[in-house]
Parts: sequence; C-alpha cells; structure tokens
Amino acid sequence: MTQVNRLPDGGRLNRAKVIRFWYDDKKYEGYPGDTLASALLANGVRLVGRSFKYHRPRGIFSAGAEEPNALVQLESGPYTEPNRRATEVELYEGLVAHSQNCWPSVGFDLGALSSRLSRLLPAGFYYKTFMWPRALWMTYEKFIRKAAGLGRAPSEPDPDSYDKLHAHCDVLVVGGGPAGLRAACAAGATGARVMLVDEANEVGGHLLLGQHTDIGGLVANRWITERLAELNQMAQATLLTRTTVTGYYDYNFLVANERVTEHLGPNRGDKAPKERLWKIRAKQVVLATGSIERPLVFADNDRPGVMLASAVRAYINRFGVLPGKRIVVLTNNDSAYHTALDAKRAGAAVEIVDIRPDPAGEPIEWARSLDIPIHVNSALSAVGYARGKITQVTVMTLSPDGNEVRGEARHLRCDVVAVSGGWTPTVHLFSQAKGKLEFSDDLHCFVPAAADDATDDTTHSLFCAGACRGSYTLAECLTEGRDAGLAAAAAAGFADTPETVAEAAVEPAPPPASQRHAPQYGPRYGPMRALWILPCDHPIGEGAKKHFHELHNDSTIADIALAAREGFESVEHLKRYTTTGMGTDQGKTSNLNALVALSDLRGAPIPALGATTFRPPYTPLTFGAIIGQERRELFLQKRTTPMHAWHDRHGAVYEDVGDWKRPFYFPKEGEDMRAAVRRECLAARNAVGILDASTLGKIDIVGEDAVKLLNMVYTNAWNRLAPGRCRYGLMVNEHGMVFDDGVTTRLGEHHYHMTTTTGGAARVLNWLEEWLQTEWFGRAKVYCTSVTEQWAVASISGPHSRALLAELCEQPVDGESFPFMSMQQFAVAGIPARVFRISFTGELAFEINVPARFGLALWQALWQAGEKYGICPYGTEAMHVLRAEKGFIIAGQDTDGTVTPMDLGMDWLVSKTKDDFVGKRSFSRTDTARAGRKQLVGLRTETPDFVLPEGAHVVEKLLDAPPMKMLGHVSSSYLSPNAGRSIALALIKDGFKRKGETLEVALTDGGSHRVTVTDTVFFDSEGERARD
Amino acid sequence: MLLIDCPWCGRRDQSEFSYHGEAHIVRPDDPQALSDEQWGDFLFARNNPKGMHFERWMHSHGCRRWFNAARNTHTDRIKATYPPGDPPPEPGA
Repeated sequence: MTQVNRLPDGGRLNRAKVIRFWYDDKKYEGYPGDTLASALLANGVRLVGRSFKYHRPRGIFSAGAEEPNALVQLESGPYTEPNRRATEVELYEGLVAHSQNCWPSVGFDLGALSSRLSRLLPAGFYYKTFMWPRALWMTYEKFIRKAAGLGRAPSEPDPDSYDKLHAHCDVLVVGGGPAGLRAACAAGATGARVMLVDEANEVGGHLLLGQHTDIGGLVANRWITERLAELNQMAQATLLTRTTVTGYYDYNFLVANERVTEHLGPNRGDKAPKERLWKIRAKQVVLATGSIERPLVFADNDRPGVMLASAVRAYINRFGVLPGKRIVVLTNNDSAYHTALDAKRAGAAVEIVDIRPDPAGEPIEWARSLDIPIHVNSALSAVGYARGKITQVTVMTLSPDGNEVRGEARHLRCDVVAVSGGWTPTVHLFSQAKGKLEFSDDLHCFVPAAADDATDDTTHSLFCAGACRGSYTLAECLTEGRDAGLAAAAAAGFADTPETVAEAAVEPAPPPASQRHAPQYGPRYGPMRALWILPCDHPIGEGAKKHFHELHNDSTIADIALAAREGFESVEHLKRYTTTGMGTDQGKTSNLNALVALSDLRGAPIPALGATTFRPPYTPLTFGAIIGQERRELFLQKRTTPMHAWHDRHGAVYEDVGDWKRPFYFPKEGEDMRAAVRRECLAARNAVGILDASTLGKIDIVGEDAVKLLNMVYTNAWNRLAPGRCRYGLMVNEHGMVFDDGVTTRLGEHHYHMTTTTGGAARVLNWLEEWLQTEWFGRAKVYCTSVTEQWAVASISGPHSRALLAELCEQPVDGESFPFMSMQQFAVAGIPARVFRISFTGELAFEINVPARFGLALWQALWQAGEKYGICPYGTEAMHVLRAEKGFIIAGQDTDGTVTPMDLGMDWLVSKTKDDFVGKRSFSRTDTARAGRKQLVGLRTETPDFVLPEGAHVVEKLLDAPPMKMLGHVSSSYLSPNAGRSIALALIKDGFKRKGETLEVALTDGGSHRVTVTDTVFFDSEGERARD
Repeated sequence: MLLIDCPWCGRRDQSEFSYHGEAHIVRPDDPQALSDEQWGDFLFARNNPKGMHFERWMHSHGCRRWFNAARNTHTDRIKATYPPGDPPPEPGA
C-alpha cells in the first residue's frame, strides 16, 4: 500500500502526476509539490535517521529550514550531497536518498549501543578526551570518527555547474510571507527597484499553512496571487523563490543562494546552473523573515512522531498528509489549537494537552465545539515507544510552580505528538547586521531592539516587519509590511505618493460568519504559560528518560546541568561545552530552551545571561555555490609566453612560476629530468643555450625624476649610468631586507627599462607606485608602466651566442662594439629588437627583446640559425643550476625577508655616498649590524654527487636528539655538471667566518651529511666568460 | 563587505581594493639623524584604536591609485575618503 497517510484531497500538489523515488533503497511514490519529508510521511516512513551522539532513532520534526533530525544523503556518486534537510528537498522523479549516521541500517544500528553507554558520553566528552589521558585520544578517535559521521562528502568531482550574479536594488525584501509580500508591493508601487526573496518554492510563508485564512475578503491563496500579479506588472521588480539569504554583511551587502535547477534532479537543468549565488547590494533592506515554532522539552521528546505543531499543520494543509491517525497536541499557547482543529477536520483523533491551568478564548471554544478533549494544567511525563512508533503518552497534572507532575497518570493512545512552546522570531539576519536584540518579557523571546539614532553608527540600513519582530497577528504583519516597504522606499529616495498610500491601505477584514471555525490569523499566541521544560516522574537527568533541548547535536537538559556544575556558566561556554546550537541547523529550535534551562539553574533571568551571536550562513551553503565558475583556469589563470606553442611541440615539462607556465626542462626521448638538465647545462656553457625569459617582470619608467626614484628604491647609485648602459640592483624594504633584484637599463635621458623577478613583477610595480603616489604625491615626475607582456625575450647563452647573433643582424656585436652590461637597438632576424648584453648564467649572453607578437618568429629564427652551433633550449631548472654555479642569488629562494645585502656578501651594491634610500637607516640598526647574523655561503658535500635537500638544517654536529643549535639552512642545492659535483648555497650563522669549516646537514632519515663551507662561486670565479 | 568611495572612481566593492595600514605616517626627512628608537617607532609603531582610524587603501582592481580613508574600526563605517596629501577630516566632521 502506498501513501497511507495521504489525505484524499487538499494540499498544494499536482495529484495528476505520480513521482517515484527511492529512500534507503525502497521505492515510494509522491506528487509534484511534495518535499522528500512530506512524501516520506505520506508513505508512513517515520524513522529517518539516528542521532549524532546516542544513535537514538529520530523522525521528521519540522517542515522547514529548522529541521534538526531529517538529514539525508541525497543522490549518489558525484552528485551526492550530505546533510540535506528532507524538509527542504523538493521531490522529483527518480530521487534517491539515504538515511545517515546509521550502520548497518536505520532500523538496526550498532551505534545505538552508545545510547546504553550514554553515561560515558557526557557533555564536553570530546574536550575531556582531548585533555586526559592524552594517549587514549588516539584510541577514542577511531571510534568517534566512525560513530559521529554526519553523511559522506562526495569523492568524485562535482559535474554540476554553479553561477554567481551581482545585483543592485533600492529595496530588498527578505521573506515572502504576508509582511514581505505587502512590503514588496508597497515599495514597488513607489517606483523603487524591488527584490523579493523567499527560501520556499513559492511565496506565502505562514499563509501556506492555513487553507482558509481570510484577508480583506480574499482567501489567502487569492490574496497571494493578486500580490504576485501586482509585482509582475512592475518592470523594476525581481522575485526570487527557492532562494535563501544566507548572510547579511556590511553596507547592506547580502548573499543569497538560488537553487535554480536543483529541484529538477541531477542532470535535468539543461544548461542552467544547479545553484546561483546572488551578491546583492541593497540601498535598503526589509527583513520579513518570520518566526520558527519553539518546542517544549519533555521526557523522551525525541521519539519519532514528536513534531512541531506548525509542521503537522503544514503537512495537512500544504502537502495533504496526515502524519498520524491519533494526534496529541501539547502546548503552552493558543497557536497549536489551529493544528488540533485542522487535524480533527482532516480525520484524526485529536486530544489537546495544555499546560496552562485555565486556557480560554476563541480557539479553545472552537476546539471544544469540535469535541476535542482538552487536558488542562497537564504535561506529558512519558512517551511510550515500540517498533519505530509512538504508542501512547502519559499525562499527569502539573504542580502550580511547574516543577513537578503529580496525581493519577492518564495514558493517551497516539502516534504523533504535535508540540508548541510559542514562537521564536527569526532574527538571524538582523543579528548578522549587528542589530541589537532585546528580550521581550511578554513574548518570552529575543526581538530586534529599536535602533538608537543618537549612538547608532551602523553600516546597515534595514527595517523589520511582521513575525521576525514579534508581531504575530496577520493584521500586524500586513500593516508593518506596508509601512516598512514605504519607509524603505522613502529612505532609498522614493517618495510615497498619496496614490500608493491609498492603494496600500487595505486592512484585513473580519472573517465571514460562514468561516467561524477558520483561524483568521496565522500564528497567534493568546496568553502563554512561561514553562518550556516539563518535569516527569523522575528528576530530570535521573532514570532512563532523556529531555532533549537540542535534537541535532543530541544535547540534554542534564548536559546543561553538568556544564553549569563544572563552571561553564556563560552562554558562550555553555554553547561550546554542550555543542548546543552548533549543528548545521544552528540551534533554530534549541537555543532559547537551552537559555531557559540555564536561567533556571542559575536563578538568573534570561536577559542577564545574554544570547550567542548568529553568524552566517543562515542555512549551509554548498562549496559549489561559493566557488561558482571560479575553478581551474578561471580561478588561477594560466599565463603563457608567445613561444609557448614551440615549447609544447618540443616536449617541454612545465613549472609554475607565479601564474606562468615556464618550461622546466626539455627531455629528449628516454631522458629523465637529471639527464635533460645535465645536457642543457653543458650546452649553455659549451655551445649555445636558449632560454625563454619573456616572463621576467619589465617596467618602463619615464620622467624627469626617474633617476630619483631609482636612487630611492635601489641600494646602489644610479646618477652616473650612461644611456645605453645596464646595471644590476637590489631592492630592500625600509627594514633593510632584500625583496627583489634585477637589471635596469637607461634607454634615454629620462627613460629606463627595469626588470624584476618573474614572481615579483606586480609587487615591484606596486612598490614604485606606492612611493610615487603616497610619499611624493604629485611632486615626482615619473610614470611607471608594466610592459612585461609587451616584450618577448629570448636569452642566448654560451660561447657561440655571439656568432649566432651576428648571423641574424647587420650590427657588429664584438666585445668592443657591444660591451658587457650595455643595450643596443637593432633588427634581429629582421625584427626590431632591444638587445641586452647581460648574463644570468655567467656566460657570454644576449637577451633579445622583441615586441611580443614577434616572439615566436624570433625564437624560430634563432633555432634554425643555431642548429649548426648545437643550440639547445633550456628550462628553469638548468637556469637555476647555471646561476647557482656562479653564486647568483634568487630573491625569494636564497633570501626570505630577513636577509640584508650585507648578509648576502653584496656590500658592494650598497652605496656609501647616497644620503638616503629606502632601507638605508635600517642597516645601522642594532639587529642588522650585529655579529652572528646568517650569511650566504657555499657548501661542498663530502660525497661529491650527494645532493642536499633544499631547506635542510645545518648544525655543527648532529646530536642524538634535539635540542641542538641550528646554524641555518640550505637554500639552493643542485648537481652541477660544470663544476662536476654537487653544489649548494646556504644561509649560515657567521657563515663568512666559517669558510673552510666542516659542518653537518641533518637529513629527514635521521642521519646527516658532512659539508665544507666555501665561497658561493663554484665556476669561473674570475667572471671572465661573461665579459669576453 | 565594505562599500568604499574611491575618490577617483566612486563607490565600489571592497574586493576591488587592497589595504595598506595606517595613513599619515610621514617618512622622516633625514632618517640617519634618528635614534634607533625613533626609527623603530617609524617602522613599527602603529595606532590600533577602537574608533576612528585613518588608513591607506589602494584601488588595486580599478584605477590603481592610492587614497586615505577615515574608518571607524568598531562599526566599519567609513566617514570619508580623500587623496593622499590631503589632511585628515576633522573628528566629528
């Protein structure tokens, strides 16, 4: 039999179409309009999961975002998603869901044994096992990890697409209930750009709970339809359903997640994204976020079948499902009477247990007129439960102070308990917007406090309307919605014209006599008995019965008492110690009742305890939605040089340098990296090597004060650099620490070409701009332009490089006509070029710069002409080896932000004559001038072909165990084919004085390797080859 | 996310900007004349007030120009933005 609990008619369903779905591998049927939760209830499925800590059986508790129990694993394979609330998952054909946190099955769960062991799992269990005994945590951890799982993360890449959209509006209305709809229509009528956002699949909010609600002579349905039609006619209005505002940030920036095609099922969205993240900047915000029903806490109140009264009403009226045949309504206020009335009309046997001694008023009369028994001044002291079902409840009389039950126990047969402890305004977004909350003694909950204009310096502009500020009657919701909408529009600059006011002033009328039994309003309290934690026949915490204030994280009133006994009395401590409110539901149904318990224990009023802060997101966001399209290259772009296609064709292996893909080495058939790098290193010194140096940072500097800028940012002097000459420079920050280096060339009178490291290009440009724009604001005449991508650079290095260049140009390039450290402009292979005679390999070398569009042509010309010279392309690894052979540093590898030029042995680059430059004063600071600083030296390994790991620590003598004095670390280390041995650079304490000493380098295997401290230059120490 | 009024471009999302610490710290004309303590103050000592803070920002994903902002560190409200070189706004202005 299918859909045993489905009512013959009613509900916002399309009953013409049947949907099949699978839950825990069993097939069920439902209708379009169902949620997974409503369809499961329709099919009589009560058990939907096991609780987090005790593995107790749990059922569907609510009908919305507040659901603490019914978390499911939705779909499978790459589409799977854990912790989805069944109350929010719309049903679609072929839906597959599994219960979570149960092993081997929801019906028979081995973890439930931990329920028997619950004395061993008190509040603070995790913290206690962390603390002591430490060794045992290793044992606990395996058990806890297995037992405490809340669903499984997908293990395959997500095939769905996600999107993001920025939006601006005058008035953003959050929540599409009566207040929100009214606000949106009123604001929109002024001409303001309005956005109305609602988390459900259709607007209406609480109006969808009651079928017969009457507004100004219209049933709720018609009223909603008319408001939607009104909004549709406004060209400037946007309506978003299935969209949850999850965060409210500074300056009215709100993030909303729209579930665009998710409700259609995997792969049915065509090209539309699964979810779309809206980033909304609103001039004004109207919060009409409604309220969430608050449960009562009683003995074993977590049994499957205990539900919020409003949820039972929603399932009856909105989904056409009667969750039980015999329903007991337990309440401390009037609103649950509407549930009783609706359940009775739907055919259930209903009894009301009202904890108030003398409830009176219309709803009570209506219930009596339908012959619903009312047990006043009573509480549930026990819940009978067998084979996955509630069988009966025990009702006893409450003492006047509400601390005990007494008298004769009455047993009521039932299968569902609908519970109401009043309503909690949904103030999450208000609180995120730094709004102050105050405790209402009338409503027994936190409500938004009025803003104090005098002291308020907020970056948020918002209005609250309706139930989210504790206004529960429909009349209040409509009036406040209209007023808030108009006020928000006015604040955004849209005057409320008389016409719009007149239009908006539709007041709700009293219900017609024919609908006397139809509740006129949505949630409505009546006088409430301020009691939420109901006693049973044992003191709470003793005996087998558990009083859960927090279902999601399995926290009981006894846990709160324990926390308080152990001194965790502040709300913030209590929250963390008991994990109350720390589940994926953020304690939407538990926070207030936890405060009540703490207040009782401490004998302090709730306002004196304070409340924890609500933080985004209101409901969980998927990583997919947060990431959107920013994946792979759209997250981290790939930068390639104009010669990249050639590198691809010649089998380059790439290295990431910044965002650049640089050839790492070019292996030939059968070569490994070591062999390829060796071949490349030898060619660059013995024949001619060619390197793609296009990625080097290049900055064009023009202006009268250009030399002033260079003198300021480099440690050496630039006044006497002649046009056409190049100079190497070190950049240090004001602390005197090296952060970049490069060669700068004077192109003309006031024109320079600066090069930087590949990774430092943007940083250096920012650095120059900072000086120009902040220190010398408007006074220095210099312009800096990044030209990194405008020039392609082929660097040729080796004894044949001159012959190769000579072949491709008409210029004499001998040592006299074209000296070392100079630049000339002429055509190379017919391409206009700037040729720099500079060298990072220590060989005779030329860096040929051509406009980027000619880069590949230049490269190919050099390649063809170079064949007879044995030209060999080399990558960044060979470049690193070649420069290390010469002791040339790489800023960022041989420096780490704590190294001065003097530490590098580069004093010759620090001007003694300049009055000032960035960092100069810091060189005479006590710390930079002291002895014992780490200095850059070379290391020769005892075994010639042993390559030290970079980063390895250097010590005088490796001891058996720490501590031992660390002298420094290896910063660069390679096998050098030209030096014929392993070489390394290291930063070592007092390194210059230690040359010749033998030290040890600690290895990760526990051993060490002996090294001798040397000079940093391992090849051609006279430096004659580059000057040739 | 802050909404920052770039003096040259107008109001833009915070994500277009980068933050560069306290403003109006003038580099000494002659650093060599300073004691280690004075130089250390210039390098490291910064105000960290609860309340109005004058700070440097750069419109890094926009016009790439630097400016100063007067921001209340408690409420995140930005009272004013102004070009470097301009004096800070009067308190209470």
